[in-house]
Amino acid sequence: MTVRSPKRIGFGGKSFSSWDLKLSPYLYISPFFILFLIVGLFPIAYTAYISFQDWDLVRGTGTFVGFDQYATVINDPKFWTALRNSFSIFLLSTVPQLILAVFIAVLLDQNIRAKTFWRMGVLLPYVMAPVAVALIFSNMFGDQYGLVNTTLQSLGIPAIKWHSDAFASHIAIATMVNFRWTGYNTLILLAAMQAIPRDFYEAATVDGAGKVRQFFSITLPSLKPTLIFVIITSTIGGLQIFDEPRMYDQTGTGGADNQWLTITLWLYDLGWGQWNFGRAAALAWILFLIILAIGAINLFVTRGLVRDEGKKSDMSRAQMRAARRAAKEAVEASRAAASQKTEVLR
Amino acid sequence: MKSRALRPLGLAAGIATAAIVLAGCSTGGGEQSDPNAPVTLTIATFNDFGYTDALLQEYMDENPNVKIVHNKASTSNDARANYFQKLGKTGLADIEAIEVDWLPEVMQYSDMLAPVPTDLTDRWLDWKVKAATDADGNLIGYGTDIGPEAVCYRSDLFQAAGLPTDRAEVGKLFDGDWANYFKVGDQYVAATGKAFYDSAGGTYQGMINQVEAAYENPSDGKITATTNPEVKDIYDQVTKASATQSAHYSQWSDDWYAGLSNGDFATMLCPGWMLGVISGSAKDVTGWDIAPMFPNGGGNWGGSYLTVPANGKNVEAAQKLADWLTDPATQVKAFENAGTFPSQNEALSDSTLLDSTNEYFNNAPVGQIFSERAKAVTVTPFKGEFYFQVNDAMQKALTRVEDGTQDAKTSWDQWVSEVEAIK
Repeated sequence: MTVRSPKRIGFGGKSFSSWDLKLSPYLYISPFFILFLIVGLFPIAYTAYISFQDWDLVRGTGTFVGFDQYATVINDPKFWTALRNSFSIFLLSTVPQLILAVFIAVLLDQNIRAKTFWRMGVLLPYVMAPVAVALIFSNMFGDQYGLVNTTLQSLGIPAIKWHSDAFASHIAIATMVNFRWTGYNTLILLAAMQAIPRDFYEAATVDGAGKVRQFFSITLPSLKPTLIFVIITSTIGGLQIFDEPRMYDQTGTGGADNQWLTITLWLYDLGWGQWNFGRAAALAWILFLIILAIGAINLFVTRGLVRDEGKKSDMSRAQMRAARRAAKEAVEASRAAASQKTEVLR
Repeated sequence: MKSRALRPLGLAAGIATAAIVLAGCSTGGGEQSDPNAPVTLTIATFNDFGYTDALLQEYMDENPNVKIVHNKASTSNDARANYFQKLGKTGLADIEAIEVDWLPEVMQYSDMLAPVPTDLTDRWLDWKVKAATDADGNLIGYGTDIGPEAVCYRSDLFQAAGLPTDRAEVGKLFDGDWANYFKVGDQYVAATGKAFYDSAGGTYQGMINQVEAAYENPSDGKITATTNPEVKDIYDQVTKASATQSAHYSQWSDDWYAGLSNGDFATMLCPGWMLGVISGSAKDVTGWDIAPMFPNGGGNWGGSYLTVPANGKNVEAAQKLADWLTDPATQVKAFENAGTFPSQNEALSDSTLLDSTNEYFNNAPVGQIFSERAKAVTVTPFKGEFYFQVNDAMQKALTRVEDGTQDAKTSWDQWVSEVEAIK
């Protein structure tokens, strides 16, 4: 006697059903990927195509030049200056910003009056348009008549050359970034802090741990995954910084000696200033590769950090494969046993 | 069998497509040939050309079949990006305004613009026409306004320095070459200890605009900037004088605007459109005046054209409108509306223009002054493909010297290596 498989309800029989099982999930998520193909992947690929050309935007034609554009970009001293500036501004804006954000978040996490008011207040700078922020700050950092220098001079400190000293200009630009993004990061960290079970703190208090000890032993470790998210987003944002350096002076080309020329600022100038889209595309791809590399480093570092969070298993891949196989065999064996059982029963 | 059956089908499809395309063309052509058919013309400008609704209405009243839609971009940068993105494709207005600064780029695509009818070329000043004429002899832009330069000065600061204050006398003082201008500057600095002019960059720009072929060889377009003795000479003159005479501001910076009203400098090279900038940002200052003279002859800074993209739907009607908009009589009205100084020969002797004065500048007869300054311009500087990159690098080189980042020689050397890398 043979076993009859249970009757399937529906049309098309077994084959359709199995196709349905295999394909449906992909169909459900396909809208995103189709959209991404059109608005994401196609432009990226087209940029790659243009980067190998001496491209004429107006006529929409180009001549193939191989890796010439890449070579020109890498050999241009401007590229290395821009890279240095991008990293310098990124570090100057991210590090103090995150430290400050954690600190403010801790303050907001305390039992204070008018909580919502303070929390909204922290987010207020984020609501302002970046260009508006840049305009106001650029005015404040004026070399001659800026608010900052006037204040410094009235205190007897010599004026700082905000627009000719490279490091000073980086600090000025980083200040704009910090002003705008600290509040945003504070709120994200605050949300993470609120999710920490209060029992931890109570237990720690009972054990006699002070506020500082509690912060370093409970709050910070629990914030790890959130901090990693915040660090990654600020890395990407920091390397693509554009609005603030663009608005820092009236020409928006990064200073007379390229003091605050960032990669994206140069990219914009190559494309929309000089209409050299081939070279701009090459630079865009180089920037893409740099961000990928840094993303990979991030991933590498954070995987080590988060291991204790989302721990799957300590087994190696081969071990896992072997375990899977063993489990499968066990299931099959039990099925065979079951079918034998039914046969016997019949 | 299959292929044979398909062939006639393909042929039929081909014929059908061709027929549709042809039909499309013929109806389009038909519309254009009838001058009285109703037509909507779009015109795109930026900043303020003085083309008010009332002015455009005049044309619509004269030509009832025409409806004009005027789009204003807020800045010329927005307009520039839009222009070059769409020039080779579609989507530009029937009439597009361009700034003289974009000309080096626009001239590379002069074949995409409908040329101005040759019988109109006498309308404008020679140098205005020459700047927008391509290698084939086609004029591709209808000149609107120009920026003839004079020297603006602070009469109160001049008085304090013991220099003449009267407009005509100051004019005589500046009558000469640039060395003479800098000599006056030395006198002023010696007497007051303050800066004489606003920036090295602005002054350099006034000087280099008097050089026929500063950066590139007009015949083959090759860069000659680094070996041109005229450029080096101007650079040396400006950097030497700027050490004491410049207020070290870069133009359009916040500090520069503040300096305009704070009396940080006593003179400034001044095209006609600069008057509005000065009176707008230094409202409370009384003392700015205009000397009817420019060192070393005439000079022009800025100005615009109207262009008609050749692939537009209503090229003929658009050309007619552009012709009317740049007519001397219309341009004088635009001047009254927005102070855009006309580039047409006839308009320069128009009595409305000549009688116009500017109250802020001590009632200076601006119409008369700038009309003469426009006629004094003799040189049309050649600006090729690389003009902007070279000039931009030069402006940065001057700024480096001004803010003390580098000395004049190091900065020049860096400029040379930058220019040599341009390709």
